[in-house]
Amino acid sequence: MIEYWNPRIERMPIEDLHKMQEERLRYFVRYVYNHSSFYRQRFREAGVEPDDIKKLSDVTKLPFTSKRDLRDTYPTGMFCLPENWVVRYHVSSGTTGKPTVVGYTQGDVDTWSESLARGLTSIGLGRGDIIQVSYGYGLFTGGLGLHYGSERIGATVLPTGTGNTERQIELMQDLGSTAIACTPSYFLYINEVAQKMGVSIRDDTRLKAGIFGAEPWSEETRRRIEDSTGIKAYDIYGTSEMSGPLFTECHLQNGIHIWADMFLIEVIDPKTMEQVDDGERGELVVTSLDKWAFPLIRYRIGDITILNNEPCECGRTHPRIMRILGRTDDMIIVRGINVFPSQVESVLMRIPEIGNNYQIIVDRKGPLDVMTVKVEVTESAFSDKIADLMSLSNEVSRQLKSVLNITAKVELVEPGAIPRSEGKARRVIDKRKV
Amino acid sequence: MEVIKQISVFAENKPGRMARVARTLADAGVNIRALTIAEAGDFGVIRMVVDDTERGYKALHDGGFTVSETDVLAVELKDVPGGLYEIANTLGMNNVNVDYAYAFVTAKFKRAMLILRVDDIQRATEVLNEAGVRLATREEIQQI
Ligand SMILES: [Zn+2]
Repeated sequence: MIEYWNPRIERMPIEDLHKMQEERLRYFVRYVYNHSSFYRQRFREAGVEPDDIKKLSDVTKLPFTSKRDLRDTYPTGMFCLPENWVVRYHVSSGTTGKPTVVGYTQGDVDTWSESLARGLTSIGLGRGDIIQVSYGYGLFTGGLGLHYGSERIGATVLPTGTGNTERQIELMQDLGSTAIACTPSYFLYINEVAQKMGVSIRDDTRLKAGIFGAEPWSEETRRRIEDSTGIKAYDIYGTSEMSGPLFTECHLQNGIHIWADMFLIEVIDPKTMEQVDDGERGELVVTSLDKWAFPLIRYRIGDITILNNEPCECGRTHPRIMRILGRTDDMIIVRGINVFPSQVESVLMRIPEIGNNYQIIVDRKGPLDVMTVKVEVTESAFSDKIADLMSLSNEVSRQLKSVLNITAKVELVEPGAIPRSEGKARRVIDKRKV
Repeated sequence: MEVIKQISVFAENKPGRMARVARTLADAGVNIRALTIAEAGDFGVIRMVVDDTERGYKALHDGGFTVSETDVLAVELKDVPGGLYEIANTLGMNNVNVDYAYAFVTAKFKRAMLILRVDDIQRATEVLNEAGVRLATREEIQQI
C-alpha cells in the first residue's frame, strides 16, 4: 500500500505551496480576463485589472461570482474556451430556477481524477480494492467522478450507480467490494435492506471503507455508520461547479484536504464579505488554479465551513476544511432563527432510540412558523407504554431546543414512514414557500 | 403457563393503520383474540392478544411494523356483580399496580376475560390464585 499518491505536491512546504498558488493565481486572472467577456466586464466593474494581482493576498481585490451569474449566463457564458475544447458536460438540476452547466477539457477531467486519486490513496485504497460507485451516473458528477478517480489509482470499479438496492448488496458480496461511494443516507438505506435480507455488512461482506458526500452529514452519523457496519466512513467534498466530488479526508478523519495547487480557498463572513480567521465559521469561496474550460474566480459556493491551515498529522501540508455545516440555500429560518438540517441531524443521531431517517417540516400557522421534526421509533426502543413514548418525544424536543434554541414539535412515526432516497435525501419540506 | 404474551404495535394515528395490522395478521393465518388501542395525539399503540403470538409477532415484524412483546395476565371475570371489584381490590391490597386493562368476551365459551398489565406479574399471579381468581393459560387463549 502506498502512503501518498503525489508525495512531492501533497507534502510540499507551505511557503513553496503559496509561491505556486501565487503564480497560478496571477496566470489564471489574466487567463479569464483574456478569454471571457463576462470576466472582463466583472473586473472592470470592480475596478481591477490583471496587473493589480501580484500577491496571494491580492485575491481580495477580485470580484465575487455566484450561482446567480451561472444562471444569468446559461448555458456556457462563463466558459473560457470554445466548445470544441470541451470533452464533457455535466448539468446540475437546480431545485429553483435554471440548471447549471459545467464543462471540462481533457486536462480538467485529468485534474479531477488526480485530486481523487490523492484522496482515495490517503484513506488507504489502491490496487486490489474494489470500489462500488453507488452515486448516480450521468449528468450528476458523483458517479463519473468517483469512477475515473478509482480507475486512476488502479482499483477495480463496480459501477452500480444508484438504485436496485438488493442487487447492489448481492454484487457487493459476490464481487467482494472493499469500498463504497454514495450519499450517507443511501448507505444507511443499503444497510437497512441488507439487514432485511439477512446480510450483515460487517460479517458477510469485505467492505472496509465508505466515501460519503453530496449532502451534509454529521459526526454522529459517522459514528452510527461505523458502529453498525464496522466500516470506516470518510467525508468527501466538492460541487459540480468545482468539477464534482474532489476532496476527501485522510485516514485520520480530521478535516477535508483541499489541494492548494488546484484551488485557492477563502472563508468569508457573508455579512461583511471579509475573510474570517482560521477556525471561524463562514462561507466558502473558491478560486480555481488548474481548471481551463470553466474556471472559477472567487466563486461563492454557499457552503458553511471552518478553515484550518495547520498541516495535518498525516504529513500533508494543504489546508483543510472542517465538516460542511450546510449550504446557505439549505438553511431554514424559523421564527427568525437560522437552522441547518445538519444541526438537527447531529441532535437526533445522539439519541439511540431514534432511527437514522428524519424529516423537518416547516409550516406557518397564522403569524407563527411551526417546525415539526418527524423521527422513526426503533423497534428496540419501543416499549408498549405510551408514557415511555411520550417521554422519548419530549426528550428529543428538549435536546433540539437546547441546541437550536427553538421549540420543535416532535412527531414519532413508524419505521419506513419517512421516504428513503437513493441519492440526496430530502430532509426539509418547507410548506411556507408553496 | 399463566403468563400471556401480548403483542404491541406502534402505529401512527392515520386512517388505515389498523386495517394494515389486521390484514397482515390475517394473511399469516393469525387470529386476534382481544384488541385495544391506546392513543396519544399523533401516535398510538395497538395491543393485541392473538392465538399464535410467535407467528403474529414475526408477521408484523417482517411487515415492517415496530412490534414488542409484553407479559400480561388473562383473568376470567365472574359473571356476578362485583367481579371486577374483587380483582382490582385483591391487586390493590397487595400493592400490585395495574398499568392498563381491557376486557373481551370469548366467542366459543361466552366468557368475559380481562387482560391485565401489571407492574409485578409474579406477585399478581400469586395473589389472584390465592383469592381463587381463575387465570387463563396460554394454551386456553390459543383455543378459545
Ligand atoms: Zn491528513
